[in-house]
Amino acid sequence: MKVRFAYWTVAILTLAWFLAITCIVSLCIGSSDIPLAKILPALLHGGNTIERTILCDVRLPRILLGVAVGGALSLAGVILQGMFRNPLVEPYSMGISGGAALGVCMAIISRLGNRCGIWFLPVSGSIGAILTILVVYFLSTRRRVFNIRNVLLVGVMISFICSSLITLIMAVSRVEDLHGIIFWIMGSLEQPNVLLVRFAVIVSVLSLALSYFFCLELNALALGEEEALHLGISVENTKRLLFVMASVTTGLSVSVAGIIGFVGLVVPHFMRLFLGSDHRILLAASWLCGGIFLVFCDALARTIISPTELPVGVITGILGGIIFVYVLCRKTTSGGGGVKCFK
Amino acid sequence: MPENHFRGRGREMLQISDLTCGYDSGFTIRDADLSVETGKILGIIGPNGSGKTTLLRVMTRALKPIKGKILLEGENIWRMSVKELSRKISVVSQSPETGFMTVEEYVLLGRIPYYERFQFLETKKDKEIALNAMTLTDSIRFKDQYIGELSGGERQLALMARALTQEPKLLLLDEPTAHLDITHQVGILDLVRRLNRNIGLTVVMVLHDLNLASEYCHRLALLNNGKVHKEGSPEDVIDYRIIEDVYKTVVVVEKNPLSSRPFVMVVSEEARKTNTGGRIIK
Repeated sequence: MKVRFAYWTVAILTLAWFLAITCIVSLCIGSSDIPLAKILPALLHGGNTIERTILCDVRLPRILLGVAVGGALSLAGVILQGMFRNPLVEPYSMGISGGAALGVCMAIISRLGNRCGIWFLPVSGSIGAILTILVVYFLSTRRRVFNIRNVLLVGVMISFICSSLITLIMAVSRVEDLHGIIFWIMGSLEQPNVLLVRFAVIVSVLSLALSYFFCLELNALALGEEEALHLGISVENTKRLLFVMASVTTGLSVSVAGIIGFVGLVVPHFMRLFLGSDHRILLAASWLCGGIFLVFCDALARTIISPTELPVGVITGILGGIIFVYVLCRKTTSGGGGVKCFK
Repeated sequence: MPENHFRGRGREMLQISDLTCGYDSGFTIRDADLSVETGKILGIIGPNGSGKTTLLRVMTRALKPIKGKILLEGENIWRMSVKELSRKISVVSQSPETGFMTVEEYVLLGRIPYYERFQFLETKKDKEIALNAMTLTDSIRFKDQYIGELSGGERQLALMARALTQEPKLLLLDEPTAHLDITHQVGILDLVRRLNRNIGLTVVMVLHDLNLASEYCHRLALLNNGKVHKEGSPEDVIDYRIIEDVYKTVVVVEKNPLSSRPFVMVVSEEARKTNTGGRIIK
């Protein structure tokens, strides 16, 4: 037991260390490289140098947003996979991304963006996400029992409906709108609104803290709902609160940064593989690792064909997909088949 | 664990009165009355679909009764918090999902009802209780193995250890001997009896095997079509007329020469036709 605690501490410290390194490297590189030695003076001493402007106004918010969104998505992934006892669930399985994307698409083709300012798209995305959450919630509740299997079915169906509608919108929309829609759907951490970045960071950190109130509940739920009840967990309340928490963090991430796929699916898997299925370590570890993964992918997206920038969703998709397949193959060859974590 | 920790105060550990409950498709338990005396082992027997597991589920609050009351030491279980209830009743259900964890991690989950609001790690006392439960059930020898890798008998021991870690007053077992060979059947039930004798644990268990039920239980409740058909000592309940009436099968009931408990033998159709064993069969 003591060994386990030490192992957890080491894991958290290692991940935090990696996060710090990734962030610092990410600060240095970009379309204009800033040497490491210049970063601290530029950040601390102020002044109006070009370096400071690049660092504080462009790269730092971007990295912070990367940590916040990556963390939030992975956290939502861990919570949902734990709650559903299903390794293929990710934050977007509940249709939230579809709803948010539909909201943003409609906002883009309505062309009110110029008049309503930079809040317009995130707010439309949030409205879309909230509407989806409400629909999924009410369609999955029967006789005051929140049926999580229905959540998945309803969520997947809503995703399909939304993506069909988005395709419809794209088919009839004008070329200049089309570019905006595609870029938004692929996801990007470029967010000029500093207030929104702050908001995302606060919500992400808060949800990590809040999730720790439920770590034992999640551990018990791994045994099934009735077993969790036998262990004194109020299953209905827990399911509802966890669903709301995961939805809100996902909805916010989608509204701020678009649809960044695979983070919420791959990172929790990866952490489970190394740290086991105890949510007391899994929540924090996944949050950190999600931050690392997204900041890393974003750095790649910025630099790979610089000065042109790739949508970060493309990088996470390719990189995440390859990692996922690799992990799955390794598991099936060594573990005797099946996804071990959920047996 | 202090001696007699599990011993309750009153005479009745559990009292079920006028209970009706069931699922959407129709009522499965109707107007049931049953009580469990503190420090005794009650066996619930009955044919498939007679409501045994439903009765157990309603005792754990997994199913809400439509009518009637369930009192645990005189207190209505629906008036308690779920947490409070889980400190008094622990359940070993039929082959639950056990997640991907080691036996020790699993057994420690049994301490969840005792965690404080902001407590995340188990205390020394929690670990001691878990260790004690694993020693009692002899599951300590495979404590670092993953539950998925255990044999059926070992797995059942691990489940028992987790249930004991909850320090219950009442232990509910849903077919603890299902899918086990006779060595492990006897092993598990001997353990149940030891726990009952040594620490005064009250036990309610659903059993399919009438002979095991007769051998190990102080009292038996025979369910049929959602009603308590007969409740009493094994000698009262395991009577060939009652058994034949409920199970619609021809049986012969003898006495176990060593324990002098009633013993049920089934009779095949062929044997029934060729030899009635001295007893006239309709």
